[in-house]
Amino acid sequence: MTETIAQALILIGLGFDLFGCIGLVRLPDVYNRLQAATKCVTLGTCFILIGVLVHAGISPLGVKAFLCAIFVILTSPVGAHALARGAHISGVRLWEKSVVDKYEEHRLSKEAPHAKA
Amino acid sequence: MTPAFLNFALGALVLSSVLCLYRIGCGPTAPDRAVAIDILGTLIVGFCCILGLPSGTDFYMSIAIAWALLSFIATIALAKYLEGRTFDD
Repeated sequence: MTETIAQALILIGLGFDLFGCIGLVRLPDVYNRLQAATKCVTLGTCFILIGVLVHAGISPLGVKAFLCAIFVILTSPVGAHALARGAHISGVRLWEKSVVDKYEEHRLSKEAPHAKA
Repeated sequence: MTPAFLNFALGALVLSSVLCLYRIGCGPTAPDRAVAIDILGTLIVGFCCILGLPSGTDFYMSIAIAWALLSFIATIALAKYLEGRTFDD
């Protein structure tokens, strides 16, 4: 029974990984790629790690898998946020069909606080 | 875990990694490549899990934890480099 649950969790994780990487190739600009790939691959890898935990139970393998899942789920969004900020500051433009860029508005209002008043 | 299932899992992860490598090779800008490198690091953690399953020992998981840590530090360093800042501000 636990074997079946572990295999199902690993299969779900593999599906998330694969679709995230398809998004990484197919989407139009760096911010779209970042959000698709980071969210899907983080969740997919966590599913694989939880599947290993279910398969191994309370053993060194299972506990380390659980620790690794917590670590991945904490650090991956931080890295993605830093990368998006770095890409925006380094001057990569948004896709031409993007409708809103709040960070650009925020930076402009900080550079010239009295321009709009 | 049957060998067929493990082979299927490794095949799916290899396919994902090839898509990542395509983006690393053909990414039009530097941030595209940095994003793909970050994703590839997370995929390699998944690789280590699948490789550690048949043996039942935990040293592959130690590799996975160390790899996740190093991949995070590399991502933060790349992001600071893209922002045009040095490492001491």
